[in-house]
Amino acid sequence: MHHLDIAGLEARYGEHTVLSGIDLTVGRADVIGLIGPSGSGKSTILRVLMGLLPPVAGMVKLDGEGVNYADATQVRRLRDRIAIVFQQYNLFQNMSVLENVCVAPVKIKKRPRKEVEEEARALLAKVGLGDKLKRYPDELSGGQQQRVAIVRALALHPEILLLDEVTAALDPELVSEVLDTIRLLAKEGMTMLIVSHEMAFIREVASRVVFMAGGKIVETGAPAQIFDAPEHARTRDFVSKILRH
Amino acid sequence: MWSQIAEEWPRFATYYNLVFIAKAAGTTLALSALGCILGTAIGLALAVTRVTRSRWLAPLRILALIFTEVFRRVPFLVTLMLCFFAFQATGYDIPLFAVAAVSVTVIAGAFLAEIIRGGFKSVHPNQWEAAATMNFSLLDTIRLVILPQAWRIVLPPAFGYFVMFIKDTALASQIGVIELTYVGKVLNNKGFSAALSFGVILLVYFAISYPLSRLGVLLEARLASSRHRRA
Ligand SMILES: Nc1ncnc2c1ncn2[C@@H]1O[C@H](COP(=O)(O)OP(=O)(O)OP(=O)(O)O)[C@@H](O)[C@H]1O
Ligand SMILES: [Mg+2]
Repeated sequence: MHHLDIAGLEARYGEHTVLSGIDLTVGRADVIGLIGPSGSGKSTILRVLMGLLPPVAGMVKLDGEGVNYADATQVRRLRDRIAIVFQQYNLFQNMSVLENVCVAPVKIKKRPRKEVEEEARALLAKVGLGDKLKRYPDELSGGQQQRVAIVRALALHPEILLLDEVTAALDPELVSEVLDTIRLLAKEGMTMLIVSHEMAFIREVASRVVFMAGGKIVETGAPAQIFDAPEHARTRDFVSKILRH
Repeated sequence: MWSQIAEEWPRFATYYNLVFIAKAAGTTLALSALGCILGTAIGLALAVTRVTRSRWLAPLRILALIFTEVFRRVPFLVTLMLCFFAFQATGYDIPLFAVAAVSVTVIAGAFLAEIIRGGFKSVHPNQWEAAATMNFSLLDTIRLVILPQAWRIVLPPAFGYFVMFIKDTALASQIGVIELTYVGKVLNNKGFSAALSFGVILLVYFAISYPLSRLGVLLEARLASSRHRRA
């Protein structure tokens, strides 16, 4: 059974159709790399999956069970299992780094504060933020905020992790750090959807690559296929342009 | 004028008159406090109602919208009269103070609802989204994420409104509530000069509203220096 099964998904912003006919199956512990030009709908797929933008057509199945996004209870159950790291981080501006990570596990999931904090400190130290626990988001660089956002998502213990451009604001040293973390997570069996412009990163970490353009999936395949021998002209064009950079 | 006031003063400053003024000050203070505190509570409830999404709450949302829009636009005096006659129509003997207290709370609730809603709107939508994806309930989102960021937007107009509002409670004298303005008129009618009667009342109003503005300034300063700021 597939961990995540997306079929015929369609989404709109107002009259503007941003996703159409999206079919994608994701197995357990799969790491899917989502690539494509700006505005192709990569972030929108993640938003639809999280229930932030209700789909107008299509089906999403979690472990074979259909999710009705109009049903608040079902959405809540889904959000218990899927976590997202937003492209803009979306850290709570009124909370310190530590509080950002701890607030949901403690206040919403009602886990013991001590245990959560211990875990949060360990995770934050691991991504090089051990000395920033009491800082506020507006006192951090983009890369630092990004790492807090990743840790915040991990502290929720999700089965599926959605990552939107998580390496965009990181310098190369930290990219490898995050890469290591993601590889480790994959090995531990976490299913991931990763949106990235960083082709080297995707090639390295993804088990499958999905190329999108204009709200549609153009091509899906192993990293080697997509990057070295793309079938579609549109993919070839995108890959050759981006690799030349 | 001063000599006249000095001449009147011994007659004015009787125990009876001072108690009369003090009681009226108490009434004005009580009306103001009720309006500010209950008004804030009601305003918050209305503002929260209006940001709900669920289909079941749609009727409640519409009621909240009508309530805020109507009572913000109707003159205070009209609301007061409306309450007065509505209570009279019930046939029960309801104290005038209660009538005034209800009107004052209704008006303050409607105004503060709009001020608080403006505060909610000032918080970036991505804060609501982040909370939603982590399964925060609406109330948790408001309590833990939105209000702590909205306060700094809400406080200045809210305290500005409170101060204005204390003056507006004077209208309760129109239905016969014995508050400060009413007492000013009574003293004046008793033969004391307007300068003295209303001068004393003015000082009492000032004594009530000035500390409130100071509190507002203090809270704003506290918030500005606290770490609860937005990027
Ligand atoms: N809130 C919104 N309201 C209206 N249209 C939107 C909104 N967000 C995105 N869009 C539109 O939806 C389309 C897809 O946007 P999306 O953010 O999914 O692209 P993306 O592939 O993530 O791009 P990028 O690589 O720049 O992040 C774009 O045409 C965009 O203009
Ligand atoms: Mg995007």
